[in-house]
Amino acid sequence: MRMMIGQLSVIFGVLIAALTAAAFLIWLERRLLALWQDRYGPNRAGPFGLLQVPADMIKIFFKEDWIPPFADRQLFVAAPAIITITVLLSFAVVPFAPGIAVISPDLGLLFFLGMSSLAVYSVALAGISSNNKYSLIGALRALAQLLSYEVFMGLSLMGVVMLAGSFNLNKIVEAQRHLWFVIPQFPGFILFFIAGIAETHRLPFDLPEAESELSAGFHCEYSGMKFGMFFVGEYLSITLISAMTATFFFGGWQGPLLPPVIWFALKTFAFICLFILIRASLPRPRYDQLLAFAWKLLLPLALLNVLITAAIVLALER
Amino acid sequence: MWSIIKALIITFRHAFRQRVTIQYPEEKPYLAPRWRGRIILSRDPDGGERCVACYLCSAVCPVQCIALQATEDASGRRYPEFFRINFSRCIFCGECEEACPTCAIQLTPDFEMSEYERKNLVYEKEHLLISGCGKYPGYNFYRQAGLAIKGKGKGEGDQESPPVDVLSLLP
Amino acid sequence: MSILFIIAALVAVVAALMVISRRSVIHALIYLIISFLAVAMTFFLLGAPFVAIMEIIIYAGAILVLFLFVVMMLNIGRPAIDQEKQWMAPQGMIAPIIMVVILLGELGYYLLIINRTYKTSAHTVTAHEVGQSLFGPYLLAVELVSFLFLAGIFAAYHLSRLEVDTDGHGEEQ
Repeated sequence: MRMMIGQLSVIFGVLIAALTAAAFLIWLERRLLALWQDRYGPNRAGPFGLLQVPADMIKIFFKEDWIPPFADRQLFVAAPAIITITVLLSFAVVPFAPGIAVISPDLGLLFFLGMSSLAVYSVALAGISSNNKYSLIGALRALAQLLSYEVFMGLSLMGVVMLAGSFNLNKIVEAQRHLWFVIPQFPGFILFFIAGIAETHRLPFDLPEAESELSAGFHCEYSGMKFGMFFVGEYLSITLISAMTATFFFGGWQGPLLPPVIWFALKTFAFICLFILIRASLPRPRYDQLLAFAWKLLLPLALLNVLITAAIVLALER
Repeated sequence: MWSIIKALIITFRHAFRQRVTIQYPEEKPYLAPRWRGRIILSRDPDGGERCVACYLCSAVCPVQCIALQATEDASGRRYPEFFRINFSRCIFCGECEEACPTCAIQLTPDFEMSEYERKNLVYEKEHLLISGCGKYPGYNFYRQAGLAIKGKGKGEGDQESPPVDVLSLLP
Repeated sequence: MSILFIIAALVAVVAALMVISRRSVIHALIYLIISFLAVAMTFFLLGAPFVAIMEIIIYAGAILVLFLFVVMMLNIGRPAIDQEKQWMAPQGMIAPIIMVVILLGELGYYLLIINRTYKTSAHTVTAHEVGQSLFGPYLLAVELVSFLFLAGIFAAYHLSRLEVDTDGHGEEQ
């Protein structure tokens, strides 16, 4: 029974932490973007504008939730749920601190990859069920982009797996006790982070949404809380990718003095800020550039990284 | 690659720049003296209405937001019976000010005139009239217009010459 | 564990039936994904988590995305659905149904009568073991499959390549 309560509290703790982080990311992103654009951002509602988040939430809950008559109803309703569910499921394997994780399966890393590959369907189904040409183009772009970047997202993590000798995220963190994997796996880190930006379809890889060309891409028919779900899903996946980057390459919860959870949160926060900084400063590439970048540069680099890491690991073992 | 990193660094350095935002309700923005805002009707230095109800402002208004009705007092001085500006239509173009021959209608540097009800944006003459001369102090149309009104005959004004007797043969 | 297995297997079978009975291609694809996820669940319960995850990543996450991609490229509207309806006429379904029933009967007979020794999660196959067997006893097969993929990549590249103009313009991706 005690175990059960402990387990449940961890599950709810993770859920609440993830959702709160995602909600406050909206505020954080607006504030940081403003900071880097010489503005103030939302600073009226409450201290530092923090009450902006509840205000926005209340607003979005009471907005009209309209399903277009020409849409494919079932898929239209299911699509926003998929992204939130898959990302929240991925949070199950994140090791927040020693012993604090919902589950710690041996194939945690593969589970994360699998869930992020299922998240593609959210975008695809949203685009195709909206029955709108902008949505369809957005969904087409999203499919090609996510598929391409998923390939070497997995490959870029293989170096980490080889060094740690396990797919288990806890063991990966433990293996970085003496040396963070960002040093031996620097190319892997860069590749993973780029792939992470593309997977969350954030700027500069936000071609599926591309508000300047596609109005809003795959979610342009969505309104109310369904749109909110996409939004929350996007911010959740930013948090997830940041948490995963910290876990795989920056020693997860390891760090001196402070408690492990704080270290983990700090590292995650740093990567979230990096996400927003990248959004603030980089323009969107053309679509063929994006795919050529993935297949012609990043994929060979990822393969090369796997090859060299494997060779070095084998040589050191001998 | 280097350019991307440079872009990130430049963006990051903007965190320490001066903000360009003006915190509006607490901190008022600078408005130039000729800023085109709320429209007013000004008065002569001696307190009479400047407006002579010539309808020029109403005619020139591109959105037809000015409505007025001319009338005369006992001495033959024209003035508007009512003067109404619908500020929910007004585009603050300033054409009325340029058209006005008596400098009566003027635009002021004031824009804080939001209302919760649209009909409150229709300003009547008592809302528009101010007690001063506005941008043109000392100007009095009837003192130089050559018209006979109460207290002043023809040609007795500041820059007026006596009327020419066209029936006389003298130069 | 056994009940979980039966639920997952039932979901897989029902979803597979839905795949072939849906008129809209997209809906059929969604059921196919659900079927794959259910199959992944059964693999997981049978003690092969690596295969289960690979099923999700590769089949549900990549191959069906490509299917969906192709479906989105084709403009499937009302006429296609009507045609599909025609094909779904009962008289056309008799032969396939008979064959499927025979196959199912054989499978059930095999599982229930002849081989009753199936167990769930008797032994968990780790990623390490998968690698050992892939690069040990099955090395030749792996190499052959990789050759096949290489040939496939070359063929796809050849087919999708546009003719380059003589003056060097018009090269499109």
